[in-house]
Amino acid sequence: MTESEEKKPAKIVLRELQDRIAQDAWDAKRRGEKVGWCASNFPQEITTAMGIPVVYPENMGAAVGAKGGGQRMCEHAEGMGYSNDLCSYSRINFAYTDLKRCEELEIPFPDFLLCCNNICNCMIKWYENLALALDVPLILIDIPHLDAVTCDADRVKYIRAQFDDCIAQLEAITGKKMDYDRLKEVMDVSQRSSRAWLRAVGYMSAEPSPFSGFDIFNNMAVACVGRGTVEAAEAFEQLADEYEALAKDGKSTFKGEEKYRILFEGIACWSNLKFTYKTLQSRGINLTASIYGPAFSFLYGSLDELMAAYSYVPNSNCFERELQLRVDDAIRNKVDGAIFHMNRSCKHWSGNLYEMERQFREKTGVPTVAFDGDQSDPRCFSEAQYETRIDALVELMEENKRKEGGA
Amino acid sequence: MSTIRELLDELQRVSGNPRAQLDAALEQGKKAVGVLPYFCPEELVYAAGMRPFGLWGAEMQANESKRYYPAFICSLLHTALELGLRGALNGLSAIMVPICCDSLKGFGANWKYGVGETIPVIDVAWAENRKIAAGAEFTRSQFRKVLGRLEEIAGRRVSDADITAAVAVYNENRKALRAFSAAAAKHPETVSPADRCAAIKAGYFMDRAEHTKKIASLTEALNALPEQPWKGLRVVTTGILADSPALLQILADNHIAIAGDQIAQESAFFRTETPVTADPVLGMAQRLGLVEGCSVLFDPGKQRGRELVQMAKDAKADGILWVMTKFCDPEEYDYVPVKRMADAAGIPLLAVEVDQQMVNYEQARSAVEAFAEVLRSD
Repeated sequence: MTESEEKKPAKIVLRELQDRIAQDAWDAKRRGEKVGWCASNFPQEITTAMGIPVVYPENMGAAVGAKGGGQRMCEHAEGMGYSNDLCSYSRINFAYTDLKRCEELEIPFPDFLLCCNNICNCMIKWYENLALALDVPLILIDIPHLDAVTCDADRVKYIRAQFDDCIAQLEAITGKKMDYDRLKEVMDVSQRSSRAWLRAVGYMSAEPSPFSGFDIFNNMAVACVGRGTVEAAEAFEQLADEYEALAKDGKSTFKGEEKYRILFEGIACWSNLKFTYKTLQSRGINLTASIYGPAFSFLYGSLDELMAAYSYVPNSNCFERELQLRVDDAIRNKVDGAIFHMNRSCKHWSGNLYEMERQFREKTGVPTVAFDGDQSDPRCFSEAQYETRIDALVELMEENKRKEGGA
Repeated sequence: MSTIRELLDELQRVSGNPRAQLDAALEQGKKAVGVLPYFCPEELVYAAGMRPFGLWGAEMQANESKRYYPAFICSLLHTALELGLRGALNGLSAIMVPICCDSLKGFGANWKYGVGETIPVIDVAWAENRKIAAGAEFTRSQFRKVLGRLEEIAGRRVSDADITAAVAVYNENRKALRAFSAAAAKHPETVSPADRCAAIKAGYFMDRAEHTKKIASLTEALNALPEQPWKGLRVVTTGILADSPALLQILADNHIAIAGDQIAQESAFFRTETPVTADPVLGMAQRLGLVEGCSVLFDPGKQRGRELVQMAKDAKADGILWVMTKFCDPEEYDYVPVKRMADAAGIPLLAVEVDQQMVNYEQARSAVEAFAEVLRSD
């Protein structure tokens, strides 16, 4: 058997790595080590360098939604008094905290909480409530929403002070010391992972794209939780190599002909992932642009630049920067149209979505449609509405293609 | 000297017609800057010789704003944007927009592209990690940045002495409002829930020093009245807004007096004064680290709940009324743990959902009536 035949595909390596990271947290908990719950865009360099295991309630919310438990868990949280207006990830997590079990996925209970609001401020309220319910310490790194295209020195200074304070608090909680040489290594590895991730998703610009864009939703979990590890860096490099080879041969993992290329804006509807994917795939629509491409790349050269990098995550930027990220991604990846997910869970993401859609359409010249949904609460999603909107988009994209072809 | 009723009516007229205050200020040649909740540095507007003008939405149907915000954003922001889109806030020289909740983070861009650059947006960032020195320093830096924008608008330099004087005006106002709140609680037969709310709210539209004078006169007159036995109920309110005329009338109809409040629009403004510091802007930043009891502030121990329970006990209130702003994430998150704290303390708590676009309050009426019956039976 040759070496290439023995090598597992990158997507399997990534899935196994994700499982192993989760298992490591369980093992650590059983050994009596302190384990944390962590916000998805919290600076993972800290915990990775200190060897502190953490798990991600947001990832749990997505996984529970994808496995069909979203509505049940959300309804339990509503029975606890939580409004159904609130983020469904948080409702699933509150339900798990109360029930102490979840048939779709369980994560070890935390000894401390690491919160970061660069993704949204509802994280703060969510984690406050967890801290009270579980009686564990809560550390917040507040990353203020940007009011300009670049992160200013005052923000960097403030975030840096909290970063240092967080390390001191974690040392006290876990008894583990930060090794700053190790931190430098983790920062270097994280850069390697980020560059490989960007290279991998960069192949979406090929025609056809070498992969089904929904794969991003599956692969991003490791980009989120494990990018500070050598294994993740190697897996993303392998993924990029695989995509490169497919692109070179004009092949794709997308099933069927790639008739249309679209940008998908927003979080996936995890509870309706299959339906949302199949509806597109059956019409020859491939997702070739998504903010999740650049979302999990954190490029920096120094600790201060790291602070700024965590300000540039999607949703933490000013509107103009957010828009430009999407427009650039759409143009680079040659999209024919775009789908905007009005996510009932996410007031932050939805608050500018109408204007984002208008300006995106104006700047790219491609048609767009919007649909109502939710990241993990299936009650907010309508198959009929989604199909109707996608059919309308197909008509518009087809008409444009006909005009371009001079027919 | 004006009678209590005359003063209350005057303040009711002010809070019922903020636009008239804005027009009067503009006619005097003053510039005005809109101030959205929460905790914007409005003292800096005052220090620059301009009129801070509170933007707390309005009781109205929002239509145009729905081109920008989805329906599931709170009506405070919907109607504030709606007023701007309809031109009802023309004359403002700018608006200050904080970023302390997810819905507010979208407000600035919606305003910029909806209303346009004639009323520019001044973004206001303040530290959620508000109790650490780095947090206060960050807030100070951002308030200084805001000051720079305000100086451009005012066309003049603002000295630290100007800011210190403005802080003193605001601290005096806060002191006066605390005294008024205490006096109003002693005289529910004279000061209805609507009167109390209007008297406080008027300060967001008037000159603060003028407001202080009115409030001080009112308090003095109230304190001169003999205490009357109150046969109705007394509640402490909590939430973002409790200024719905329909809801306040329901309280009055059910003989429910406001014994104190933990409302963002009301006592969150006046419970805590600004520390006097060499750099007055640092004192303003430090104040944010001292305020408790507001859901948009980072509150890891839910001090809000402890404060609310203590407030209800101190006021010998019969219960707590949570005026829940529909679609307000911070409030909806706080509700569960804070309700548990009230339950543990044995203090009845009713949550009533309100929305400035509501036209029918009968559900709220039924809930309040049932709550009042329960409290009376206790």
